[in-house]
Amino acid sequence: MRNPLRSEAEAFRFLIVAIAGAVIIVAAAYIDTWVGVAAALLVVAGVGAWVVGGPKPAPRVLVSGTPGMGHRVLLLANPGSSGVRGRLGDGVTEVVVVVPALASTLEALTGAVDDRRAEAQATAHALAEELRGAGVQARGEVGADDRLLALEDALGTFGADEIVLVDADEKLLAEVRGRFALPVSRV
Amino acid sequence: MSAHAEPLGHAHEHEEHHGPPAPHYSSRINPSVLGMFLFIASEIMLFGSFFAAYFFVRVVNGVPWPTPPYHLPVYVAFINTCILVTSSFTVHWALHSIKRGNVWGLRAGLLLTFLMGLTFLITQGIEYSRIGFNTGDGAFATIFFCLTGLHGAHVFVGLSILAFMTIRAFRGHFSQEDHRGVEIGGIYWHFVDVMWIVVYMTVYIL
Repeated sequence: MRNPLRSEAEAFRFLIVAIAGAVIIVAAAYIDTWVGVAAALLVVAGVGAWVVGGPKPAPRVLVSGTPGMGHRVLLLANPGSSGVRGRLGDGVTEVVVVVPALASTLEALTGAVDDRRAEAQATAHALAEELRGAGVQARGEVGADDRLLALEDALGTFGADEIVLVDADEKLLAEVRGRFALPVSRV
Repeated sequence: MSAHAEPLGHAHEHEEHHGPPAPHYSSRINPSVLGMFLFIASEIMLFGSFFAAYFFVRVVNGVPWPTPPYHLPVYVAFINTCILVTSSFTVHWALHSIKRGNVWGLRAGLLLTFLMGLTFLITQGIEYSRIGFNTGDGAFATIFFCLTGLHGAHVFVGLSILAFMTIRAFRGHFSQEDHRGVEIGGIYWHFVDVMWIVVYMTVYIL
């Protein structure tokens, strides 16, 4: 879908479309007012289709990673997950654990996400503690109520070399691989 | 709704926090985009209410448009439309000029846009004074003045923005790298133009 007011260039393009539509309406109305009304309906439908049928944005691919020292892992875990220490490979130097606050649609709409956030926070804290106990520098974060968005947000502040998904299904694995230009593994 | 990432780990546990807490907003939509959507929604509702009144009066009640013996100055309004549409091209040219580093192109474009917008508004005022009916002369007259007047108010706001933009341009506030003020003002001006085309079509042509 196009956003006609996204930029001046988009707004100007929309104006050109509106002018073209106006010319058609004026020409039709010159024949008869009702022909003009019919033309106006068609033009409105056409402009609506033009706005809705705009180019789809290219899939967002985030490139992250840090050259040089260490191996930084962004770990996505579900609320309630545990026992990740033994599942990470050797050589990991820094981990950010992201646990999305997965709220139901009703909870998200009503903003009643406190319990979900607390649950995610407890898991993130526990997993980070577990990793720190194994000598890995780690911290936990509560993520958005969507796993991909939670990863995207975390990558905005943490340059990971790898994304590790805990107990993820095939669908999520494929989605994450399609979205981010980073090695993605599942444990 | 969804929450922004919130650090919990040891690296942040000992940091002292000053001032209000960081704002939480959904990462699904950018705040500025949300603001623009809310603005558009409010404008659609505002103009929509007046257009609803227009269609109710004209279609449901069958009031003749324009109600005899009155006439609408279609050709004067057409000239005015051409002036307003041309002003969109000049503001577009102004923005393109500053993107290429042409400061005088920006200044000329903005000044021309302002003058054409002012011409539109003055012409509309003259049209009001000579049109031969007033707001109290029936539903047709009321709706006519409401719709064109509402748009005129938007033009006035746009002219105020353009005045500030022009003054800033002559003071050298915009450059090839920094011209966001021109971009935003240009978007609003194009929006005002598109709304006028809709108003002109419904009030004067159909």
